[in-house]
Amino acid sequence: MSIIVDERTKLVISGLTGREGSFHGLRNRNYGTDVVAGVTPKKGGQDVEGIPIFDTIAEAVDERAANSSMIFVPARFAAAAIEEAIDAGIGTVIAITEHIPVHDMLRVYWRARDAGVRLIGPNCPGVLSPGKANVGIIPAQFFEQGSIGVVSKSGTLTYQIGNELKQAGLGDSTIVGIGGDPIVGSDFIDILELFERDDETELIVMVGEIGGDAEERAADYIAENVSKPVVAYIAGFTAPPGKQMGHAGAIISGSSGTAQAKKEALEEHGIRVGKSPTETAQLAAETIGAKARG
Amino acid sequence: MDLLEFQGKQLFARHGVPVPEGEVVDTVEAAVEAAERIGYPCVIKAQVQIGGRGKAGGIKVAQNREQAEQHASAIIGMDIRGPRGEGPFKVHQVWVERASEIEAEYYASIILDRSAKKLLAMLSTMGGMNVEEIAEKDSEALARRYVEPGQGLGQEQARALAADAGVPEEVRNETADLLVKLYGAFNESDATLIEVNPLVVTKGGDVIALDSKVTIDNSALFRHDELAGLEDPSAEDPQEQMAREKGLTYVKLDGDIGILGNGAGLCMATLDVVAQAGGRPANFLDAGGGSKAEAIVDALEVITSDPKVVAILFNIFGGITRCDEIAKGIIEASGQIEIGVPLVVRLDGTNSEEGLALLADADLPNLHVEKTMLGAAERVVELAKTGAAA
Repeated sequence: MSIIVDERTKLVISGLTGREGSFHGLRNRNYGTDVVAGVTPKKGGQDVEGIPIFDTIAEAVDERAANSSMIFVPARFAAAAIEEAIDAGIGTVIAITEHIPVHDMLRVYWRARDAGVRLIGPNCPGVLSPGKANVGIIPAQFFEQGSIGVVSKSGTLTYQIGNELKQAGLGDSTIVGIGGDPIVGSDFIDILELFERDDETELIVMVGEIGGDAEERAADYIAENVSKPVVAYIAGFTAPPGKQMGHAGAIISGSSGTAQAKKEALEEHGIRVGKSPTETAQLAAETIGAKARG
Repeated sequence: MDLLEFQGKQLFARHGVPVPEGEVVDTVEAAVEAAERIGYPCVIKAQVQIGGRGKAGGIKVAQNREQAEQHASAIIGMDIRGPRGEGPFKVHQVWVERASEIEAEYYASIILDRSAKKLLAMLSTMGGMNVEEIAEKDSEALARRYVEPGQGLGQEQARALAADAGVPEEVRNETADLLVKLYGAFNESDATLIEVNPLVVTKGGDVIALDSKVTIDNSALFRHDELAGLEDPSAEDPQEQMAREKGLTYVKLDGDIGILGNGAGLCMATLDVVAQAGGRPANFLDAGGGSKAEAIVDALEVITSDPKVVAILFNIFGGITRCDEIAKGIIEASGQIEIGVPLVVRLDGTNSEEGLALLADADLPNLHVEKTMLGAAERVVELAKTGAAA
């Protein structure tokens, strides 16, 4: 199995004709992802190394049966591109673009939710199911196929942990970068639910960081709903508290949003939290080993 | 981006939110002239982005010309520290406004609730103290109402919120009006936080915003020409200013070990392992994805300009970023600027072998290569201790 992207993914890329879009889009195709189309308004009829370009996502759905989309367009056009994907009947939208205005995401979040569309990101590295499909900018060479599900707010930190798991002889079912923006399409809980249902996933590594209360809510969710072992890492113990939420932010979440508060919330529910990326990979290896022996 | 009080009030005024009449000035003479125009009593308020200005002596009431001059000269140029020791922030500007005759003080805010993915409006009749204190004292006293997506905050919801908060019937409509306009200001300016504390009812029965705290979403500034150029340079320290000009993400901390990482998460993790190893990071600097040599030169320039830095750690895990580019940047920088302190480098991931080979060939003095993140953290802490002792 694995989750979100796999051999059945038929990907349309908004922004494939751009410099970044074509670089990563072609890397995704080289990895084996079925990239069926690109979309750039007014460039319909062209192609990028054999990948046909359409003016609209709807055309890519009609003519190439696209079922997933990756958003790689500049921030000021990204919300509209996500909405276009939703309207075209795409089931999974993965938004890589960073700096999308929060108010736009607020609107787009509810549009996607009401339409039953799975939105990952924005400002995320994407989703990789090793050996099956890679959608986004995750460097696949640091990950092996295996049974660990990884869900993370951070990109490079995930590569670091994936690489350490690989060196410990462990691979992954799927790596999901959910992004660290104030409003993201999928939270830890949404992805934990998918990993819990996925046959291939035996253990989940969750990588969080300061800000918001997604980790605290995930801790409660895991205690109630996740039977598989979870190992966590939280970054930002020494980071200055984020300014953006001001004082009013803490009051509604019931948490200070600090790394310490998140660690405590997780440990309270028996979830082991690594002190460093290295220790987190070691904890995952130990837990998997214990499971195999048990 | 956080607005100064007067910038927030000017934003409010543009959206019809009642605020006291006032002027912003940057000299004592101009402050006195403004006070004379506005009339007495008037209030002279330091414009710095920090709470607790009143307690720090940054807000004073003037009853006449003499007092206006006295207060303005005391406040302009003073250094204000925040309640938690933040700063100091130097006062470059004061806001002179007509004093209000206060009957009651309320608290109002609109914020983005990340968990609920909705905007939340809050109102309390216990103004003047901060929101944590209100909630602690009496959670019931803080009325809350979500703005449902696609609906906005209308007069009816605002009135219900005012009723929940226990706002007296006589001023409920005025309060609701103000909240609706505040929501308009929030929505149309891409704000992520608006706090009014206090929101006051005057003896004459008017409801006005006596203070403002506004945060604007930086990602949306491209569509707000009216907010362009409002960044407060006095709120930044020299390194932060330099980093911003060079387009780097940098946050100053109070330690002595300069840090560079790629990606916010890895950079934060680097600060954490350095702290665990017994060191104190001097900064957070995220070189971002796909950094080129030039960005590394810039980053080293910013880090070394902080006189407190006694050792530097580069922790790079190359994904999109290529380690050979990082190595080239380090070599280039060492030719251009005096680094002067030990530099510990850990390169892993994409093209790390090429990068390490470049560094080995260059054989730079005072450069220490470490294989792992933890090893690099321990090494830099050790070097910092020796360096600080020397």
